[in-house]
Amino acid sequence: MELGITILVTVLQIAAVLGVVLTHVAYLTYAERKILSDMQDRLGPMEVGPHGLLQPLADGLKLFFKEDIIPAGANKIIFSAAPILVLVPALIGFAVVPFGRDSLQIGAIEITPYITDINIGLLYILAFSSLGAYGILLGGWASNSKYSLLGGLRSAAQVISYELPLGLALVGPILLSESLSLTDMTVAQGGGIWRWFIVSQPVAFVIYMICAIAETNRLPFDLPEAESELVAGFFTEYSGMRFSFFFLAEYANMILVSCIAVVAFLGGWQAPLPALEFIPPIVWFLAKVYFLLFFYIWLRATVPRLRFDQLMAFGWKVMLPIALVNVLLTSIVKYFLNQWAEK
Amino acid sequence: MIGNSPPINYIPIFIFIAVSLAFGIGTLVLSYFVQVRVNDPEKLSTYECGSEPISDARNPFPARYYIIAMLFVIFDVEVAFLYPWAVVFNKIGLFGLIEMIIFIALFLVAYVYAWKKGGLEWD
Repeated sequence: MELGITILVTVLQIAAVLGVVLTHVAYLTYAERKILSDMQDRLGPMEVGPHGLLQPLADGLKLFFKEDIIPAGANKIIFSAAPILVLVPALIGFAVVPFGRDSLQIGAIEITPYITDINIGLLYILAFSSLGAYGILLGGWASNSKYSLLGGLRSAAQVISYELPLGLALVGPILLSESLSLTDMTVAQGGGIWRWFIVSQPVAFVIYMICAIAETNRLPFDLPEAESELVAGFFTEYSGMRFSFFFLAEYANMILVSCIAVVAFLGGWQAPLPALEFIPPIVWFLAKVYFLLFFYIWLRATVPRLRFDQLMAFGWKVMLPIALVNVLLTSIVKYFLNQWAEK
Repeated sequence: MIGNSPPINYIPIFIFIAVSLAFGIGTLVLSYFVQVRVNDPEKLSTYECGSEPISDARNPFPARYYIIAMLFVIFDVEVAFLYPWAVVFNKIGLFGLIEMIIFIALFLVAYVYAWKKGGLEWD
């Protein structure tokens, strides 16, 4: 009975988180189109609903009723499995993200602001997010199209290259909070904006943001789907629901890396000043995530695309050494600060 | 900080994986029943900017990609090793710090070797 209720609560939590994430994905595409069009001095989607507000719904429905084409010569099983292999890792990362501070108490049932809190939270997210590269690679290969193959290869190379500095950048916040749990990490940054890890780890934050943009294949690092040379990259041959899964995964990943950035560097749900703590934690969390997402779109409207050799050289020869030195310096400074504090 | 999450905390993750899988497969199956399908050999051919596809797409590709993948595997294992170290940093003191400096020095030796050998070049 007890266990049944716990599982029921968990399933409801998962359904709620999935619903919220999918809604955010839908409206992130809308926000992207609207913000981009504003920056380019045009209106963007206006036809469906007031100010085009129902546009994401119309797009989703249209894709749902479209034919899923499997091209001749494609490997049917891998071709069908690849979108799911990309989608699942993008969604399940949200299991460990703490969205707020307080649990909701209904009778004897406690509803936590996260689905689960495990002491290897960050490692879990990194491990699963790198699984997405398999989906991209397999989808690109299985399509039997030259554009898809090149896009898939490029994408896999890019994702794994930027995974290294990304992982190293996160060592900084782990050193400071002494935990891999996202909840502990947020709690360690309580007390004001000067306690956030972006203040003590500014280099790591910049590295993390650059690598996160590269990991999610966004501009200026969107070479895997560079329209002008590779048509649509690894999903050139995909259509209908399978295409929309790739799209969904890309935007869900954007939201996920923003959530991790907020937890690891921007204090999670913590208010910037103790005087502002009357505003609910979840509002702070969402505000920070929205700011980072806006930054993503802003970047897309501003910067041009890199060349592939520049991209790889930048990842391996610039980001990796800086991230490594940052880890070294952080640990040495922290050691001597600890010594000093003991005296 | 360590050992404060009992194995039961991992169950929601398995439920989440199952729910996401069900969502993915379920949507695909539902969509399969409502979509209109017209078969046409022209439509099923792969896209090559409108011209007839030339040969199979699964051609050999540059060995660069293999080298990058191998370098990634080696370095990523070392990065993964830094995580538990960072968590227990305060408990292991000077010994841990010196050990890690040696470890990162070894990492750098491998890195410089890969760079000098041209493993990081793309052209």
